[in-house]
Amino acid sequence: MNEHDTLGERLRRQGVSRRAFLKFCAAMASLMALPPGAAAAIAETLVRTRRPSVIWLSFQECTGCTESLTRSHSPSLENMIFDMISLDYHHTLQAASGFGAEKSREDAMKDNYGKYLLLVDGSIPLGEGGAYSTIAGRSNLDLLQEVAKGAAAIVAVGTCASFGGIPEAKPNPTGAVPVSHIVKDKPIINISGCPPIPVVITGVLAHYLTFGELPARDHLGRPKAFYGETIHDRCYRRPFYEQGKFAKTFDDEGARNGWCLFELGCKGPTTHNACATVKWNGGVSFPIESGHGCIGCSEPHFWDAGSFYAPLSTPSAKVSTLAAGAAAAGAAAAVGLSALDRANRHRAQDAHEKMTSKDL
Amino acid sequence: MNLHSVPLKIENVADYSIGNLRALLNEIAARLERLAEDGIASSIDLKSLPFAPGEYEQLRFLLGTGEVSARIEAIGPSAVVETRYAGVWWVTHYNVEDDIIADSIDITTLPEILKSQPADIRDGLALLHVQLNDEVQP
Repeated sequence: MNEHDTLGERLRRQGVSRRAFLKFCAAMASLMALPPGAAAAIAETLVRTRRPSVIWLSFQECTGCTESLTRSHSPSLENMIFDMISLDYHHTLQAASGFGAEKSREDAMKDNYGKYLLLVDGSIPLGEGGAYSTIAGRSNLDLLQEVAKGAAAIVAVGTCASFGGIPEAKPNPTGAVPVSHIVKDKPIINISGCPPIPVVITGVLAHYLTFGELPARDHLGRPKAFYGETIHDRCYRRPFYEQGKFAKTFDDEGARNGWCLFELGCKGPTTHNACATVKWNGGVSFPIESGHGCIGCSEPHFWDAGSFYAPLSTPSAKVSTLAAGAAAAGAAAAVGLSALDRANRHRAQDAHEKMTSKDL
Repeated sequence: MNLHSVPLKIENVADYSIGNLRALLNEIAARLERLAEDGIASSIDLKSLPFAPGEYEQLRFLLGTGEVSARIEAIGPSAVVETRYAGVWWVTHYNVEDDIIADSIDITTLPEILKSQPADIRDGLALLHVQLNDEVQP
């Protein structure tokens, strides 16, 4: 295969018709959350695209993000690797090891300096001079700083690389930090999630290929197309929330009827991700569809945000009404009331009591 | 205890909807009106919409099947079906492993994917010329 061929030339040589390519682009448009009518425009651009070099660095992580990507159905990982990107370095997937593996990274960096895409999964430990995680005798910090220098853009894959994730959870023994804490002078996109949705990873790569730049991002650096709305916004159980129908336990009539899981601790209202529409396992379902609330894994510090089974804290009408009245009488009284409310909530949480909206 | 003694409640999915479908059908109607009056084609990506279990099947049932049904074989099959409402097409693309990779309702006179593409036409013409040149003339 000629490395400098465009995608269109390669596909044509493989006997792939333009109609088949158009179909592929329809899938891509759906992936990137673009209007279906964008497929033709994507096809026009992609046929002229040359595949970029990609270097994937795995730091303090569990390989769940790679496991997620290898389960990406549309387009398949094989398509991604052989047709759309040139994956030149990835510990887990590459055949080479030891010096050979490190040489392939150095070669890719030299040949594509300033143009390659850097993907990172895992957080970077800063404690003890970075000794908690090393590759080929070098600390993660050292490796990231070197590879980031020549990258055109950086994709932080997973909550660990995006926000620190589980390694950064209290008490953060390794001093873990996200990529954005280290690299300040390159465009970075955060694809958070523990793990992130596989098609969101491929969707972001497809966007970069098609438009030559990272997609629009929210205030946390995540692609707006996938993180623009909350799980709650797009949840199929939302009509039950509006009707006030909530499951109170995991085996009551409400749970059997598929009612809203808010009171069982669902973090859908505060979690931005595309699980409710893109779903998992090739579009089979997502946690709420299986009867469990969202745990909010694509948000910063989700592991330290209280019990997965405690309802989200929302001020009750009673407390806010009282507080408003108290505010008129004196600010100190209002502070006292809200502190009392917080104390009640904490007591209930400590005692592992199930909280209801009444408790709040 | 055998399997038959487990108290299962079987629900009929054919008439099950918690309200998401009505919104979608209204959107289809609005877009069809635009096609009828101004000739503007559009498309709805079904993969970006929330469906409760059973609602997707219910949508299939409600839209039904019309006069045209086509199957495309291009890196996996694609089903292009005109629903019972002329101008409303259901286009589903599968990959070679039969996973759905794109699923849309196209409100148009003819989905683009059914048309022969100019690049393919040029390739076909070249192939035909090669075949004509290779043939032994009588």
